[in-house]
Amino acid sequence: MYPSKFNYLAPESLEEALAVLAERGDEVKILAGGQSLIPMMKLRFAEPSTLLDINRIPGLDGLNRSNGTLSLGSLVRHNDVVKSDTAQANHTVASAAPWIADPIVRNLGTVVGSLAHHDPEGDWASVMLACGAELVLSSSTGERVVDIEDFLVDMFTTSCQPNEMVTEVRVTAHTASGGGNYQKLERKVGDYATVGVATSLELDDNGDITSAGIALTSVYPRNLKVVEAEQALVGHAPSDDLFAEAGRIASEACDPASDIRGSATYKRHIVDVFTRRGLAKSLGIAQGGQS
Amino acid sequence: MNITVTVNGAEHTADVEPRLLLVDFIRTNLGLTGTHIGCDTTSCGVCTVLVDGTPMKTCTMFAVQANGRSMVTVEGLKQNGELSAIQDAFREHHGLQCGFCTPAMMLVGTALIEENPDPTEDDIRWAISGNLCRCTGYVNIVKSIEAAAETTREGASS
Repeated sequence: MYPSKFNYLAPESLEEALAVLAERGDEVKILAGGQSLIPMMKLRFAEPSTLLDINRIPGLDGLNRSNGTLSLGSLVRHNDVVKSDTAQANHTVASAAPWIADPIVRNLGTVVGSLAHHDPEGDWASVMLACGAELVLSSSTGERVVDIEDFLVDMFTTSCQPNEMVTEVRVTAHTASGGGNYQKLERKVGDYATVGVATSLELDDNGDITSAGIALTSVYPRNLKVVEAEQALVGHAPSDDLFAEAGRIASEACDPASDIRGSATYKRHIVDVFTRRGLAKSLGIAQGGQS
Repeated sequence: MNITVTVNGAEHTADVEPRLLLVDFIRTNLGLTGTHIGCDTTSCGVCTVLVDGTPMKTCTMFAVQANGRSMVTVEGLKQNGELSAIQDAFREHHGLQCGFCTPAMMLVGTALIEENPDPTEDDIRWAISGNLCRCTGYVNIVKSIEAAAETTREGASS
């Protein structure tokens, strides 16, 4: 399979790349890892007239922790996260990375690229929804910071404008009394999730839950942040019963389709089990126990 | 567009269309047909080569992306006319049946051993989980990579 013809640009500075976007961003697709974009181009679902390869721009591969924030630049590959000690600052991010695609695809594919592509069955969007991430959108006139919930507009659609490029995603690092987890059921390595559940918890000095994040993959027309389940946890002491309640709410909030990966009933059950299991694992980390 | 790449130590310059897939550049332009095309959808891994030492699926890369980079294909594994440790181990342990996935399996195994000289069976199975063997010959592929790791360690310590 071959894509339509395109012009190829590989600028060596961010300014140069943003100038191209300012001039004719609506004709351009940005190439980071290309592990979703190139298959789309080969199927001719995407036919950009210009491909803007950002891989030769220095400084976009930063994976850093500072002031309680973990930041990942546009060129941070999934495997960079897998191998990074720094990425352990956010347990949900760290536990999701080894479950993205397959080991070879992880060498090229990027976290930011995956978010910008916004496949409605992508794993990273759930992680970022559970963790309340922010994205930095840069253009030739400056930059703006957008909440993940405002960024993800609809399937394959984000609030990133044609003249903008996502240059960073930021998530809060877990404190010593916080934890997070990503549970993924897949038929085989490299497949989409049958069900994915991202969880994140923070506890106060008494051990009560001060903040909670729960988001689901592949069981709704898009990644689903289950606000009601999160709210059910906050202010309470963690317990099996409380997590069971969150699991029940999540399994009722989702709307899975029966397909080749399983029946809707089955997926709903897995959402319940994974929500409870993910919260228990998050709690284990938050309490300094086993992850 | 003009690109210059190093493949198995030799430099090649070519004028290519931007949409030329890297796997086709390797097979057609360079005539290195040990790199295979299987699924053409980033699933099977038979088109894997090492780009600056890292395994990448070349059906999902354009040749222009490889400009200035150094690659190793299966043809580049042998050293001074001798089979490399991994090639020898695949021969010794019957790590191939039809042979279609073999070049990629050996390259992925080579990259794994480079990064982790003493991989467990789990490490190996994890590393090759992006590569399909339609003969389902995984047991011997894993044995071959284990053996190659051992030979490589012995070679490094002697």
